[in-house]
Amino acid sequence: MNPPLGSPEPRTYSEPMRPPQPAVGQSPQPVRQIAISVEGLNLWYGKNQALFDVSLGFPARSVTAIIGPSGCGKSTLLRTLNRMHEVTPGTRMTGRVRLFGDDLYRSGMDPTILRRRVGMIFQKSNPFPTLSVRENVLVGLRLNGVRDKEVLRERLEECLRMAALWDEVKDNLNRPGISLSGGQQQRLCIARAIAMRPEVLLMDEPSSALDPIATARIEELVHELKETFTIVIVTHNMQQAARVSDHTAFMYLGRLIEMGTTQKIFQRPEHRQTEEYITGRFG
Amino acid sequence: MPLPAEKTELEDSPIPVGKAASPWGNATFRSVALAAALVAVAILLLLVWQLVSDSLPTLRAFGLKLLASEDWNAGAEEYGALPFIYGTVVTSAIALVLAVPLSIFTAVYLTDLAPVWIRQPLVSLIEMLAAVPSVIWGLWGIFVLVPWLRTAVFPALRAVLGPIPGVGSLFSGPIFGLGYLSAGIIVAVMIVPIVTAVSREILRSVPNLQREAAYALGATRWEVTRIAVLSYARRGLLGAAVLGLGRALGETMAVTMVIGNSPQISASLFAPGYTLASVIANEFGEAGADRMYTSALFELGLILLVITVVVNVGALLLVRAATTKGGSRFA
Ligand SMILES: Nc1ncnc2c1ncn2[C@@H]1O[C@H](COP(=O)(O)OP(=O)(O)O)[C@@H](O)[C@H]1O
Ligand SMILES: [Mg+2]
Repeated sequence: MNPPLGSPEPRTYSEPMRPPQPAVGQSPQPVRQIAISVEGLNLWYGKNQALFDVSLGFPARSVTAIIGPSGCGKSTLLRTLNRMHEVTPGTRMTGRVRLFGDDLYRSGMDPTILRRRVGMIFQKSNPFPTLSVRENVLVGLRLNGVRDKEVLRERLEECLRMAALWDEVKDNLNRPGISLSGGQQQRLCIARAIAMRPEVLLMDEPSSALDPIATARIEELVHELKETFTIVIVTHNMQQAARVSDHTAFMYLGRLIEMGTTQKIFQRPEHRQTEEYITGRFG
Repeated sequence: MPLPAEKTELEDSPIPVGKAASPWGNATFRSVALAAALVAVAILLLLVWQLVSDSLPTLRAFGLKLLASEDWNAGAEEYGALPFIYGTVVTSAIALVLAVPLSIFTAVYLTDLAPVWIRQPLVSLIEMLAAVPSVIWGLWGIFVLVPWLRTAVFPALRAVLGPIPGVGSLFSGPIFGLGYLSAGIIVAVMIVPIVTAVSREILRSVPNLQREAAYALGATRWEVTRIAVLSYARRGLLGAAVLGLGRALGETMAVTMVIGNSPQISASLFAPGYTLASVIANEFGEAGADRMYTSALFELGLILLVITVVVNVGALLLVRAATTKGGSRFA
């Protein structure tokens, strides 16, 4: 089908997925490692500038929420973290993004390999309609040239379990992915993303198209997944941000207004605009 | 000055502007539209009836034997349709085999791969190809394409593919230039624009979210095309191909000019042949007042009409299902 694409740090696909080991000699109040750091980011769509000098860091193995009114650049910022914005013609970017210190935009960084390290979940679930539940989960591994039946079978169950979908689909893994309910489809997309064993998961309003019950399941899942992954979640639902995130970044008109622990942002915001937004006076 | 004047005109106009349309206007429009639709259906039915009634003499005399017989000799009252059906099917098949992959690739290039600035000029160019009259393609075929095929391409094909058992028989025997393969190639060139245009519409209807799903998994451009675009669009693309088949079956002028017009069935694609459309075009004048001869040609027309209507309706259904209902069709 596909030649193995090769990765700079070949991973073995047989070892089970487990949370990265905590660093040895941790202090009781661990200073979290920064998974992704963004420095002086500017981004243009053609002539329109969408991001202005954005700098922030996303702590590892925790959830960071990006909030802000519609059109403020949340999705755009998210898409610079796995270079997805490059898929849109006419974008231009300046600034730096580092993933565990590694410059994402250095020459020689292959975006297709980067995107396996930084997975993405979209606003609307997008399973491949011609593929079964099983094939949807495994499609990324197959692109990577993984053939071993045993490895694929193990990975399938592991990812569906992590995405809290296993019990609902295990009896019929061959049904089309799009025959699932909306919430199940979104969890299928999460399973598909984590099958690549990414280090970071980017979620762009992952539950905005779902009903409250399905939303609650996604939020629960986010909580569980942060044990293993660094999660960045865009949401325009402030209650959701408050519920699921450890840190929150507030954006307005293409700028980062402030970032801090979620508790601080929601209880003692430093900027007037943040306060007005979280108290619902605009947005 | 003109502004108030216009205003009064509007106010005085017999059709109320901005108010609910009068039930009269609505009813009139509906009956006109209905009548137009009925006229179209009536014309088609009349056409079929005419073809059937004019083929009655041969239908009565030979029944379905006409379909099964290979011999076409008006002088001896032998009217076998088989060489024409065979020629039509073979040239259309060649055209599809050549044109469909090329068209789909072109459409993929135009929607997903080409630099944005080059897309519109290329689309316009392809639309212009679609506007070239059939007879011009035929002339180009006779004076440019066929000589080149005869001297350069066919001998090479025969040398390479001829010795292979099985397929080899398709590429053996004498090379005339005019024949099935030349006709198939011309038809392929002629249907590429329409198949490309329809495929492009189909590919454009693939949601970007599907492409992004694949990109986010680390797919390369080609992999995105394969797992997100082509597989999503496969039914619609099948429809585009069938639409091309519909065109290929009925193509007359250019085919008549390059197929050799010889009512025989030969295994070799280099051999001259004949199609349903070509024989009708060529021999109607000759048939003149000969009732059986004319009737036989009408019957060939009936066969062609039935085949093309079935193929085109199938294509329409496929394309419409693919462009309107979105992903739900896979459920
Ligand atoms: N593909 C695009 N082409 C042009 N402009 C865009 C595109 N995507 C987003 N923008 C613009 O960039 C700004 C930020 O958009 P976005 O990041 O989608 O905001 P958010 O996700 O916060 O609602 C908006 O002004 C939007 O109009
Ligand atoms: Mg957005």
